[in-house]
Order: sequence, then C-alpha cells, then structure tokens
Amino acid sequence: MGIVEAILLSVITAATPLVLAAAGELVAERSGVLNLGVEGMMIMGAVSAFAATQITGSPYIGVLAGIGAGVLFALLFGFLTLTLVANQVATGLALTLLGLGVSGMLGEGFLGMQGIKLQPITIPLLSQVPFLGPLLFRQDAIFYLSIAVVAGIHWFLFRSRAGLKLRAVGDSHASAHALGVDVVRTRYLAVLFGGACAGLAGAQLSLVYTPQWVENMSAGRGWIALALVVFASWRPWRVVAGGYLFGAVSISQLHAQAFGIGIPSQFLSSLPYLATIIVLILISHNRRMTLINTPASLGKPFVPDR
Amino acid sequence: MRIELEKRPKVSTLFSVLSPFIAFALTIVFGGIMFALLGKNPVTALYSFFVEPLSEVWSLHELAIKAAPLILIGVGLSVCFRSNNWNIGAEGQFIMGAIAGSILPVVFYDWQSPVVLPLMMLFGMIGGALFAAVPAFLKAHMNTNEILTSLMLVYVAQLFLDWLVRGPWRNPQGMNFPETRTFGADAILPEMIASGRTHWGFAFAIVAAVLVWFMMRYTLRGFEITVLGQSARAGRFAGFSSRKMIWFSMLFSGALAGLAGIAEVSGAIQQLRPVISPGYGFTAIIVAFLGRLNPLGIVAAGLVLALTYLGGEAAQLSIGVSERVTRVFQGLLLFFVLSCDTLIHYRIRLVWERFAATKTEEAH
Repeated sequence: MGIVEAILLSVITAATPLVLAAAGELVAERSGVLNLGVEGMMIMGAVSAFAATQITGSPYIGVLAGIGAGVLFALLFGFLTLTLVANQVATGLALTLLGLGVSGMLGEGFLGMQGIKLQPITIPLLSQVPFLGPLLFRQDAIFYLSIAVVAGIHWFLFRSRAGLKLRAVGDSHASAHALGVDVVRTRYLAVLFGGACAGLAGAQLSLVYTPQWVENMSAGRGWIALALVVFASWRPWRVVAGGYLFGAVSISQLHAQAFGIGIPSQFLSSLPYLATIIVLILISHNRRMTLINTPASLGKPFVPDR
Repeated sequence: MRIELEKRPKVSTLFSVLSPFIAFALTIVFGGIMFALLGKNPVTALYSFFVEPLSEVWSLHELAIKAAPLILIGVGLSVCFRSNNWNIGAEGQFIMGAIAGSILPVVFYDWQSPVVLPLMMLFGMIGGALFAAVPAFLKAHMNTNEILTSLMLVYVAQLFLDWLVRGPWRNPQGMNFPETRTFGADAILPEMIASGRTHWGFAFAIVAAVLVWFMMRYTLRGFEITVLGQSARAGRFAGFSSRKMIWFSMLFSGALAGLAGIAEVSGAIQQLRPVISPGYGFTAIIVAFLGRLNPLGIVAAGLVLALTYLGGEAAQLSIGVSERVTRVFQGLLLFFVLSCDTLIHYRIRLVWERFAATKTEEAH
C-alpha cells in the first residue's frame, strides 16, 4: 500500500465518526429538535462500547452497547425537552456535561487497557479493484454502516411519507399537529435515532480509531458534528462531504506534526477547531440562505393543546 | 401512563423558589443510590461528600476559593443567558484572562510596584472580553452561531496556554517543568481574612453579584436585557438593539470570566500551568441555572457547586470513591434543575390511559 492510500485510509477513519454523529443530529434537527448533547452521547457510546468489548470479548457486542448507551442518553434528553418542555440548549449542555462525567466514572477501571479492534470485512471482488478496493471495500462494519445510514436518511427524508411528515414537524409543528401528525412522538423517534448514531460514532472511536479508552476521547467531535449539520445545510450527502473535509484537516495536521515542519504542535492541533469556525462563518454569513435552509421550528418547544 | 402538562395561568412563585431545592434534594437521593451501587454506605458517603468539607475552617476557605470563579463566571453568564445569547465558551475566556493578566508577572517579572496587581486584574478582564469579542462579532455581524464558535475557542485557548507554558513562557530556572515563573510578591492577590487562604477573588465575586443584581432590578439596561431575551421583536419596538446586546452581554461575561481567570491564577495557583481550571467555565453554566439566573441565587449556587468539588476530593480520601463522582453530581444537578423548572410554568399531571378515555367520553 502506497503512502497516498495510507493517508486516505486514515482520513476515512477520522471522518466516519463525524459523518455518523452529524447524520443522526441532522434527522433530529430536521424534526425541529436541537440536541447539543451529541458530545455527551458520543462519549457514552465510546465508553460503553469499550467496556462491553472488554467484558464479552466481542467488539460487535461493543458496537451494540455503544448504540444502546447513545439511545439511553437521547431518551433522557427527549424526556426533558419533549415531555417536560425544558430549554433545549440548556438540556443539551447538561447531557454533554453528564456524559463526560458518567463516562469518566464508568471508564475508570478500563484506563490503559489494551483494546480489541473491530476487524475489517473484505468484500469479495470489489476489494480487488485497484486503488479504490483496499480503500473502500476492506473497511470495518461501522464504515459501511455510516454510508448506509446516510443513504437511508436521504431516502427516508425525501422519498418516504414518514420523512415528509418529519420534515413538516420540523418546519411548522403547529401545522403538522393540526394535520394530525403526532409531533412529540415523531420528535422522540428522531432524537432516539440521533442518539443511536452518536453512540455508534463513539463506538467507532474506541473500537476502530484508537482502540482504547481515554477520558474525554471524543475531544470536541460531537461539537464539530453539530457544526457539520449547519455546514451541510441539513442535507444528508453534504454531511459526508463535510465530514471527509474535516477528516482531511485533522489528519493533515497530524502528518504535519509528524514531519515536524517547525510550527508548534499546539497550533496544528487547534486547526480542526479553527477550521470549524471558518466554515461556519462562510456558510452562515448569508442571512437569507441560512433562513431558507434552517428547519423553521428548530429549537422551539411544543406543547400539544388539549 | 402519560405525562401531560397544563400551562399555569400565572408563573408559580412558590415553585420558582422551591425548584432549585427540589432539584438538589433529588440529586442527593440519586447520589445516594449511586454510592449504594458502588458498594458504599450511602449515608456515610453522602456525609463525607456534602457535610465533612464544611466542618473545618481550612476547608471553608477552600470552599470560598473554589466558589469565587464559579460565581464570577456564573453572574456574567446569567446576563448572557437572560438576553438569549449562549456564550458557552467561558472556560476559554477564563484561560485567556489568566494569560493576559499574567503578562506583567511573567514577562516583566522584574517590575515590582503596587500598581502591578490592579493592572493584572484589568488585563485579565480585557483578555477575557477580547476573547469573547470573537463569537460576539461573528454572531452580530456574520450571523454565525455563538454556541459553536465560543465552544470551539475553548479548545484553542487550552492549546494556546499549553504552548505558552511549554514554550516561550516556561520558567528558565524551572528544570524543564511546563510552568511559568512563580509570581512575585506584588503580583499575588492577598488573602482576605487572617484565618486562611481565601483571597480577594471571593470579594470580587460578591461585588459583581450585587452589582449585576442592582443592574437587572433597577436600571434600564437590566430591563433591556430581559426584554430582548424574551422577544427580540418586542425589544426592537422598544428601540433596543439586539446587535448591541450581543456585544454587551458577551463582552461583559467575557470580562468577568477573564477576571475570574487572573484572580484564580494570581490568588490560588501563583503561576501558569498547562491546566489551570477544573472546568470552572462549564460548571459555571450549572451555577447560573441552579441560581435561576438571579445574581444572588448564583452566589448560593456557586457555593453548592464549589462544595461538589471539595466533596469529590473528600470522598476520595475518606471512602475511596473516585474524585470523578464530582462531575456526575454536577451533571445530575443540572438535569434536575432543568426538569424542576417545568413546575414553574406548568402543572404536571400523570394520566393513566383508562382514566383519560373515560374523561373524554364524559366531555362528549
């Protein structure tokens, strides 16, 4: 394998958790719920996946545990914001703070342990294709899932009846409610799906990206995923483009550090965060475009009148 | 079973006072369950977490030292949150304030003068405010979401501090440890009372809380903050500018976070290190909400959350639970605060499906 393939491979590995978490959040936001707790759900996914893998010896059970933890945390968020109509921004922050705290506690016994890596699955024939084969068809299950999830979301949102209802809920919950759509139920499902994706993204971190448990190992990726949704103007395939762009930025700064090009490593490490800010500026400085793209009920609470 | 909300005709005064207390009680109950699950006696564990730290003079001083930055930042954030500006990057503004304030004692360490200390505090506030000016500018003029930009800048500030103390600002006599020179005598924030370590940062916090309380209650600016926070449209009709409010609230909270940063460094640590805050900037968000965004409530809330830091340390020593329980307690507390706030605006009714069915029939 040449150097170019090696670099591209690491870009894919760095991008997959971003794509997954952002895709899940995109569905939640399309239904009108702003869940700022992606970071918290992701880190819970990471610790649960790692712990379950260590206990059972199977990384696939770990993946399921990661998804489960994400869903559980999303349920907590849903209960507060949808049932108790608590402030979404504050509750999302609470979810992140709680996730970082609980994961630190749970993961304490697993610090420094040798992890078990989720092994790649080679797809026959396709993996023989020169260049692209080893890149795209000798990957782990989570990578395949990430692409399938994005394709599925695209189909669901723009080709299915349920997806149309979900978008209606996100654009005007009052009208959707008047037409007989169960707003709260739709939003619950969207939030739980977002949690599952964030949990899976976390599992990727502790089973593929760096197969070990490190406290705070999500390192702001949940927040970058939130920015990616804005970057993608709430469109699924653009999340992939954005995710890979960010993956490339974070990998190139790592390579630059390895080559020692004379720029302090801390400055290179801050590049992905600065890139996020710059991208957000470029995307949102046009007020009208932002207004058109943003789900109109995003972040607004809904109480059904009875 | 279903939970239904019924809007109260008027905001409940009773629950707006009670809700933080209910939230705290629920946190204690859940904390007890958590300790039991960890195989500890919940009563002794909770005692060593919440009561023991209050039983000695030195630990009361530690409490004040930890509460000072939480209250200072929390008071600033309350102005932001009330005006609907979501500055969640206080941790970064804290760090940048600490760095800006440390320019004099680190770079010009030879200069000994009584004006050094006030200048340091001023620089700290300017540093914090300038760092908050970035998300303020981006929100006010580029329409960029302040939540994401202010948070991203936290990572940038942490890395910048790390670079400074390992690189240009490293103590030349420090045997390569990643830390700056220890501050000279003129650059150290003095202790307030003879009995212990509490420094003047705590006084700053109380003064800031009282001033903001006064501003919110008796001045036009306070009214403007409330109106714009509840409805930007209504504010425009009253001639208030949302854009100016973004600038004001962000710079104000940034300056207070910066002051908290330099007060912590100058009063408690007395040098810069790669890590100078156990997450004060994030914990202060919890402080602001537990205090119901009321400056005087925030003083009490700051003391409570400072207690969770001490409790974690105490519980680690006396019953051998990890210090990490602190952050679990803090997270739980915020969750319960937000849940209980629902009671202020709504009546909560549990509806069993069978009951609901008969009720609708009666209505027909």
